[in-house]
Amino acid sequence: MDMKMEIARSVFKSTVEGDSPAKLDVKNLAVYYTKFRALADINLSVHEKRITAIIGPSGCGKSTLLRSFNRMNDLTPGCHVQGEISLDGSDIYAPGVDVVDIRRRVGMVFQRPNPFPKSIYDNVAYGPRLYGIRRKSDLNEIVEKSIQQAALWDEVKDKLHQSGLSLSGGQQQRLCIARALAVEPEVILMDEPASALDPISTLKIEELMQGLKQTYTIVIVTHNMQQAARVSDYTAMMMIDEQRAGRMIEYDQTNIIFTRPNDKRTEDYVTGRFG
Amino acid sequence: MSHFAELIDRNRVARGRQRKAANIIMLSLTGLLTALALVPLFWIIGYVVIRGGNYINLDFFIHLPRPMGMTGGGVLSAIEGTLVVTVLAALFAIPPGVLAAFYAARYPNTPLGVALRFSTDVLSGVPSIVVGLFAYSAIVVPMGHYSGLAGGAALAVIMLPTIIRTTEEMLKLVPATLREASLGLGAPEWKTSLSVLFPAASSGIITGFLLALARAAGETAPLLMTTLGNERFDIGQIVRGGLQGHKSIFSIFWSIVNQPVDSLPLALWKYAQQPYPERVQQAWAVALVLMLFVLIVNVSTRVWIQNRTRRMKG
Amino acid sequence: MLKSKLSSRSRLGSLSRVFQHGDRPWQGVIIIISILVIILMLAIGGMLWVQSAGARVKFGWSFLAPTANPNWDPVNNNFQAWPFLFGTLLTSIFAILFALPISLGIAIFLAELCPAWLHTPLSWMVELLAAIPSVVYGLWGIFVFLPKVVAPVGVFLGDTLGQVPFLGSLLTGPIPASGASRLAASLILTIMIIPTIAAVSRDVFLAIPASQREASKALGATEWETIWQVLIPFGRSGILGAVILGLGRALGETMAVTMVIGNSIQGGVSLLQAGYTMASIIANEFAEAVSGLHTDSLIEIGLVLFIITLLLNVLARFLVWRATRQTPQEARV
Repeated sequence: MDMKMEIARSVFKSTVEGDSPAKLDVKNLAVYYTKFRALADINLSVHEKRITAIIGPSGCGKSTLLRSFNRMNDLTPGCHVQGEISLDGSDIYAPGVDVVDIRRRVGMVFQRPNPFPKSIYDNVAYGPRLYGIRRKSDLNEIVEKSIQQAALWDEVKDKLHQSGLSLSGGQQQRLCIARALAVEPEVILMDEPASALDPISTLKIEELMQGLKQTYTIVIVTHNMQQAARVSDYTAMMMIDEQRAGRMIEYDQTNIIFTRPNDKRTEDYVTGRFG
Repeated sequence: MSHFAELIDRNRVARGRQRKAANIIMLSLTGLLTALALVPLFWIIGYVVIRGGNYINLDFFIHLPRPMGMTGGGVLSAIEGTLVVTVLAALFAIPPGVLAAFYAARYPNTPLGVALRFSTDVLSGVPSIVVGLFAYSAIVVPMGHYSGLAGGAALAVIMLPTIIRTTEEMLKLVPATLREASLGLGAPEWKTSLSVLFPAASSGIITGFLLALARAAGETAPLLMTTLGNERFDIGQIVRGGLQGHKSIFSIFWSIVNQPVDSLPLALWKYAQQPYPERVQQAWAVALVLMLFVLIVNVSTRVWIQNRTRRMKG
Repeated sequence: MLKSKLSSRSRLGSLSRVFQHGDRPWQGVIIIISILVIILMLAIGGMLWVQSAGARVKFGWSFLAPTANPNWDPVNNNFQAWPFLFGTLLTSIFAILFALPISLGIAIFLAELCPAWLHTPLSWMVELLAAIPSVVYGLWGIFVFLPKVVAPVGVFLGDTLGQVPFLGSLLTGPIPASGASRLAASLILTIMIIPTIAAVSRDVFLAIPASQREASKALGATEWETIWQVLIPFGRSGILGAVILGLGRALGETMAVTMVIGNSIQGGVSLLQAGYTMASIIANEFAEAVSGLHTDSLIEIGLVLFIITLLLNVLARFLVWRATRQTPQEARV
């Protein structure tokens, strides 16, 4: 085993004591695409109601890790998982687990906005309707609350029945956030949510996230280090090893990662010396 | 517990089970429907093979039909007629089809290109019986009689849009770099088209043409009003007679195409409706011949395409 | 001497220049051929228009109008085409009704559920259904499908649903013993247009971006809920295009329909009765048309067929093009 890896392991903290409890607990996670190991030895505790950022160079498996939190990786043929990811203490990969319920509790916002070709109202009401909520009054209440939480209400309150696709890119992304919020998840996963947007929309979404963390646990993957530094409470640094498997290099409070990281590789990355 | 959680908790487990059950039922249904749609395919092929196969022997292929009511006889006239008509159709349809496709592939956005695409679309949607009406008015009436020539022309009109479209798509698939390399070497446009683009796209063009041909060979409606049907049609006889009478090749050829001809689909249609069981048997046998031809062309061209794309992918 | 040598060389030079840039003749040739194709299309329409003039002038619009007294009378030179129009529309519409759910099921299975190794063979087989010649369908129809399937189904429907008010009028029996009826034609047409609708719909589904499925699944939807509530609405204009293409095929289908529909002009709206379609009457009567007016009337029917299929074909291609080339999101973001 590499000397560097040994040292890295010894200073690696998978959790920070004294803060909120672990919402998502990752233990010895490895993810395989058929024979190829894409992620190796991932250990991580995501604190409740905090924003955790996952950073690292392109292709190091950040999205793969994120998608294993809501079992979206199941949709890729040949993908299987070793190890454990616990949501509130129960392994989401245990046999017999209700995947549909996991995905309700752990929501996701994607890199490019992907609203359905339906009205704004129907986009947000899609989730609740799946769960059997039919009464107009209930749906109206849920739709309004979710869109307000996504800081979009003022802009769309008069045109809820227009198509979701008639909005601008930034608005569409906030619509997707509202849509995810409508099923009252506990965790929100964001896969580079602002990378396809202009700077002003990006800022709006970052402000939004600060508000959302009062209620939700947020995990965000970003290739934009400044964004991670601005927005997150905790940062996890990932890198790819010689076998092209993604590994967790360091995990700590954001201010520590960006000012006095323990691992040289982290330091090189955040100061822009590579990646 | 939030209002939302209350709402969904109400019958969460039961509803979850309902949704899963509905999921499995509907997804299985799609598989069932797919299987259901394939039942007629196997049923038809099976029936034709069994009923037709029972009747077929060598005589079937080399003899002319016997008068109605008598047993035996073959469908030589129909086979030869189909050959004549499809060869003519190919001759009439391929040159203009390929040439028009060159224009469509190279200049899709000019007014002429747009009009050409529109015309191709319209032509591909014209019912085959209407094409027959057209060929009747345009060829049979002026000539004064039914002929294989008119039938070939009708089938050519049916094949033309398919040939244009497939050729156009194949030409478009040729990488632009090939064309640019040729032009960069100083070759003029026409040489590039004929010596570089056409060979590169040729296998796709040929498969497209074969598929169009298979479809045309099975067409009946346009032949009803162009070739009439002719149970005495015998190319061998015509050729022998012509050679004996020292006629020129062209006039022999002309007498082949200038008279009513029989064809397999027409024969099938006639025999199926006649009250003699012998004829009905023959109808099944003709169906077998037609279907085998169509299926073999279809399956082998697709297999060929598969192999080619597999080889190209490396 | 020198001058003439020079001039002859330059003449040769200019000749070779023309052939080297044989581009001009080449361009000319492909342009002319393309124009000829366009002329062909116009010629077909024009010929149909001109040759049907006799009937058009004599009967006007009443030739096509719905009527309770069908009258197709070669003897007295009186022609009215409503029965054929009705027969064509009825059989085609029912063919679409039967074929749509089956085709959608196939498209969904092939696009979303089918394992990769099964995809190509299954698609081939569905497409093979379209390659079987129409007369072969007719032959199998007459001797196998009608007695074994259509006749019993027809008897059953006539006895049960035929008694229901309203809907029952579509199913008043009894079905002829042979099974030759509009129902038979609809069912055979169904089989023949399934490949068209299924193949195009499958392509429509395959063109839907994966992000739509991901968004739906991430909210906790099941596979079927995703298909029914997101994918089908997303692809609805393309699916409509597929249906219209199928309708166009059904309208023009001649041989199989003629062999199983019973070829009867008698009125009535029931599926269980023998009927007639536009394509069938032309196929049956044209070769022996009695008079000029008879021929003209048949050609006018051909003209109507031509126009309807032209409009449907153009509409369908437009819808399918829109659905498979450009997803709404690409247009926006």
